[in-house]
Amino acid sequence: MTFRKYLVLVGVAVFAVTGDSLVSRGMKEVGGVSLHHLSGIVLVVFRPEVALGVLFLLAFLSCYLAALSWADLTYVLPTTSISFILLTLVAKFILHENVSVARWLGVLMISLGVGFVTQGPALTPQPRRRESHERITAPISARTEP
Amino acid sequence: MKQLYAWGAVACIVLTSTTGDVLLSRTMKQVGDVAELRKRSGLAHVIGRILRNPNFVIAIMAMATAFYAMLFGLSWADVSLVVPASTSLTFVSNAVAAKIFLHERVDHRRWLAAVLVAGGVILLAQ
Repeated sequence: MTFRKYLVLVGVAVFAVTGDSLVSRGMKEVGGVSLHHLSGIVLVVFRPEVALGVLFLLAFLSCYLAALSWADLTYVLPTTSISFILLTLVAKFILHENVSVARWLGVLMISLGVGFVTQGPALTPQPRRRESHERITAPISARTEP
Repeated sequence: MKQLYAWGAVACIVLTSTTGDVLLSRTMKQVGDVAELRKRSGLAHVIGRILRNPNFVIAIMAMATAFYAMLFGLSWADVSLVVPASTSLTFVSNAVAAKIFLHERVDHRRWLAAVLVAGGVILLAQ
């Protein structure tokens, strides 16, 4: 794991939290969405805060895709554990939501749990592909033109 | 009643997110290391390879469904409940799905993490 790869993983967490928080703030201004007026949930993405949140979520997707190209899904997901801490801080100090002691403990447990995963290898070793093995071991006569 | 709606949204997010995550992971493993590929063939080639992969299209559709389910959920409950609950449960379901469909080596550390995350989710819902 290089420093650059760790930066990508941090990007996954930070962009996800920022995007989610902006979307949340936008949705709180809209209020409750009725299942009978589905057009409202489509049009809501044009609100500035929701739109900016969507941009951050696109940045999250870019980092996430990059991370998935060189690490296991079960390795990449735990790295978002720091996002739980960030999200709770955002909920408490920016969105002014009530965050109880139990929720803080929950955040701690999740962070501890996912912390275990990051101690292991990032990628499951893949068995050699059959075709490449056959190409390497094929007799020379089989590879030459008749 | 709003709590019931919120948990329904969470269940929908978990199912669609897991589908999306597994398919995205499969796509990117098929594409290969993005950094190396970008050096060799350029960014446009990398983006083209990702966009042409059928798994990617289905994954994005699943994630879009999860996104709208999240919008519904956020309008019914606090962000510090809906997002951690759905993301954590998705983490557990992803561990199972990754083992079954992606054949990832999910060792005792990763299973322990899944249990701790599930416990954390219960606390978050208090």
